[in-house]
Amino acid sequence: MTDVIKEDQVLDCSGMLCPIPVVKTSKAMKLLETGQVLKMISTDPGAPPDMEAWSRQTGNELLRSMQEDGKFVFFFRKK
Amino acid sequence: MSKSDPNAPRRLALISSKGTLDWAYPPFILATAGAAMGWEVGIFFTFFGLTLLKPKLTAAVSPLGNPAMPMKMPFGPEGFQNINWAMPNMLMANVPGFESVATNLMKQTFKNKGVATVEEMRDMAVEMDVRLIGCQMTMDVFGFKKEDFIPEAEIGGAATFLEYASDADVQLFI
Repeated sequence: MTDVIKEDQVLDCSGMLCPIPVVKTSKAMKLLETGQVLKMISTDPGAPPDMEAWSRQTGNELLRSMQEDGKFVFFFRKK
Repeated sequence: MSKSDPNAPRRLALISSKGTLDWAYPPFILATAGAAMGWEVGIFFTFFGLTLLKPKLTAAVSPLGNPAMPMKMPFGPEGFQNINWAMPNMLMANVPGFESVATNLMKQTFKNKGVATVEEMRDMAVEMDVRLIGCQMTMDVFGFKKEDFIPEAEIGGAATFLEYASDADVQLFI
C-alpha cells in the first residue's frame, strides 16, 4: 500500500500529444508555490519518458508516476 | 550567455530552413518543449523556413518528393483510418489539387490525434519567449520585408545566429 499523495492542483492533458503535456505542465507549475504538488493526467504513451526528462531538467521533483484506468498519472513537487 | 555563466539556463539554437507542413512542426515542437524545460530558445528562419514567420501560415505538404509519406484517411472506422494508401507519383503529379487534398488530410489526421496546429505551436513559442529570428539575406532575395512577418520576429544574419549558437548547448539544422 503506497501513501496517498495530496495534490494542490490537477491538470488533465488527456487526448493531447507531444509537446503539449510538457508545455501545459510547465505553465501550470509556474502558478504554484514552492513545495506544492501538481497532479498531471495524460493519455500520451510518450509522456512517461518525457515527463521524467522534464522533471530532471527543471528540478521539479517527480514524486510518483503510475498508470490508472489506462491513463498515465504524475505527481510533481514544485521546486 | 549559457556557457560563460554556470547558473544560466541551457540554450537551444535551431535553424528552420523549410516551410512545408511536415518541416514546420519539428522546430516549433522542439522550441516549445525546450522552453517548457526552462531553456532559452532561439529559432533562425532561413530560405523557405521564412514563410513560417508570416502572420497567416499557409504551410502545405506534398507527397511528391516524400515517397515514404503515409497517406491516411482521417475519417471512418479505425481499421480504415490505419490503411496506408499507395499513391503512385505518376498519379499525384497529374491530378490538380492533389497537394491541397494531401495537406488537408494530414491536417485533419493531426487534429484527430490531438496534435496542435502549427499556428498554435508558434503562438505558444511566442508566449514562452522563444526568439524568432528572420534571415535578412533570404528576406532580400525573396522580397520579404519585416512588416510581412509577425511583430515578434527579429531580423538578423549569419553572425547573429552563430554568436547565439556558439553559446548554445544544443544546435540543430532543420
